[in-house]
Order: sequence, then C-alpha cells, then structure tokens
Amino acid sequence: MKKHILIGLGLLSLLSACRPDDKVGTVLPIYGNREPVTRMVNGKEVTDTVYQTIPDFKFVNQYGKEVTRRSVDGNIYVADFFFTSCPSICPVMHRNMLKVYDAFKSSNNFKILSYSIDPKHDSVAVLKKYADNLGISGDRWWLLQGDKAATYDLAKSYLVAVMEDNKAPGGYVHQGYFVLIDKQKRIRGSYDGTQPEQVDKLIADIKILQNEPQNSIAQ
Amino acid sequence: MKTKIIACLLGLVAILVYSCQSEQELEFMRYYTTGQELYKTNCQNCHGAQGEGLAALIPPLTDSSYLRKNKQQLACYVYNGLKLPIIVNGKAYSGQMPASSLAPIQIAQVLTYVENSFGNKMGLHDVNAVNTELTKCE
Repeated sequence: MKKHILIGLGLLSLLSACRPDDKVGTVLPIYGNREPVTRMVNGKEVTDTVYQTIPDFKFVNQYGKEVTRRSVDGNIYVADFFFTSCPSICPVMHRNMLKVYDAFKSSNNFKILSYSIDPKHDSVAVLKKYADNLGISGDRWWLLQGDKAATYDLAKSYLVAVMEDNKAPGGYVHQGYFVLIDKQKRIRGSYDGTQPEQVDKLIADIKILQNEPQNSIAQ
Repeated sequence: MKTKIIACLLGLVAILVYSCQSEQELEFMRYYTTGQELYKTNCQNCHGAQGEGLAALIPPLTDSSYLRKNKQQLACYVYNGLKLPIIVNGKAYSGQMPASSLAPIQIAQVLTYVENSFGNKMGLHDVNAVNTELTKCE
C-alpha cells in the first residue's frame, strides 16, 4: 500500500514537472554569447549583461533594393537560409513559412528575411519570380541576395550551419532553422522549419515577443 | 438433388471469385502502404502531405484528369525528373523536378499511392506496367 502511494506521488510530481510553468512561458530566453560589462553610473559600479546581436549586413532584396541591419530597426523578424533551386528541405520550409507570413500579414514591425545561400543562381530576377510564384508581395517578406562569403559568415551569427557540398541534393547542405530575432537584434528562438508543430510554436512565441514590455528588454 | 448441385457449384464459383478479388486487393494494399512510406520520404517535402503542392512553385497531385491523361509518362517523370513546363489544374508550372533513385517496383508503389490518394482513384499501377513505361521515356 505504501509502495502504491509512493508511486502515485512520483507520477504526480512527474506530471506537474511536465506542465508548462506560466512564468517561464511568458518570457523567451536570449541565446548566443553574453558578457558582463561593468561601468560607472553616478559614482556607483553597475554591471550589465551584453548579449550577442546580429552584426551589420548588406544585401539586396527581390525588388533590387538594398537591405541592411538598419532596415529591420524596430522590427521583430524571422530569418532563414535557403536557395530557390533547392530540391530537399526548402519547399517544406517555405510552405511552413507561409503560415508565419499569413499569421502576421497585418502586424506592424514584423518581417521575414530569407537569405539565399546560392547568390550566383538566385539573382534579383530569380528571387522576384520565386516570390511571385510563392504568392508573396509587399515588404513583409524579403528574399535576400548578397556576397556568398558574407552570407555564410552571417549564418554563423544566426547559429545556423551552411555548407557547399557537391554530393548534397542541389549542391548545398544547410539547416532548416527559422531564427527569431527581437527588436534589439538578439536571438530569442530557433525552430526547425521543416516541422509544422515547431512552426506553430514559433507563431506563438512571436506573439509573446510582440507583447514583451519594452522597459524589460532595454539594454 | 439437381438444385443442391447447382447451389454447390454456384457457391464454389462465388468463393473462387471472392478469393481472386481479395488476392488482388491484398496486392493493391501492399503497393499502397509501401508507396505511402516512399511518398513521405521522397515526395512529401515538395508536394505536401495532402498532395497540395506549393503555391505556383510546385504542382499539386490532385488533378485526376492530368494524372489519367499522362499515366503512361508518370513513371518516367519520377525516374528521370521533369524539366519541361507543365499545366496542372489550368495553372502553368515551370520549376524542375529532380530525378529519383527509386527502383521500378518502388516507382510502381509510389505511383499506386499517388494515383489512389488526394481524390484520385486509378487502381493498381503494377511493376510490369512501370517497366514497360520506362522503356518508352521521351
């Protein structure tokens, strides 16, 4: 009998452990490197945490317009890496990204940035045609093209691995992550863009981020 | 007496017909279920879980009349890939489909799955047919 009660208690604690904690659920973590910075404020020593942010970049979107880090100032955005002739995971990634696009079509200060890892093939014209065929318009979702080495470096800042590989389908291997970036350009989430349930979580997390009070995230 | 014999014969015929059908049905189900797995790993990323395709980039597999009309060519499309622009559901698609490394039996299985899912109902597409079709690829 005692044994049964113990097992029961054990199960109960397991169950409660699985239940999402409300406090944790409303604040998204901040990913990447961080370092403490100590400075003097009014004669007192204050230590702040400086988080990793997305570095500056310079690309061209599907309309041929220049897009830099500043172009997304004040925006929450989702980034991914793809190429238009990708036969493997890209179609399913962008089928799922369309869900994100549709969910935040009328949101202000929200963008999607898809960086091409095959800029040689994915010219502005090719990206525009791809966007048209995907059924996207306006400035909510930018398909970006730029220097190849710079793109691969930038992928690392988003904590996404990208590589050229002749043996891979389409000539590239890359991870299908959707990376969520906040208004301070910090990484707040990473989601497998090939999994519909992960993408549902991304949509929920974007809403959490949109409701995050500005004073709590100011650096 | 006579009626008894007739009844017995009729029963025998019925059993024969029935067992024949179920053997065919069994074969169909074998093709279909293996085809479903092959579809998931080889086709679904692009064509979608419901064969819905992707906007104007990737054609859907729901156009039964297209599938019927091009039935003899489908094995070739799966085997060699497809480069030419095609018209499905009245919409033009100009992307390329990559070639697959599926064996003829697997092509037959995946075609049986596609041809009997997403609102299509074309019955068994067996391996003998696929072998013949593959010799006539354009």
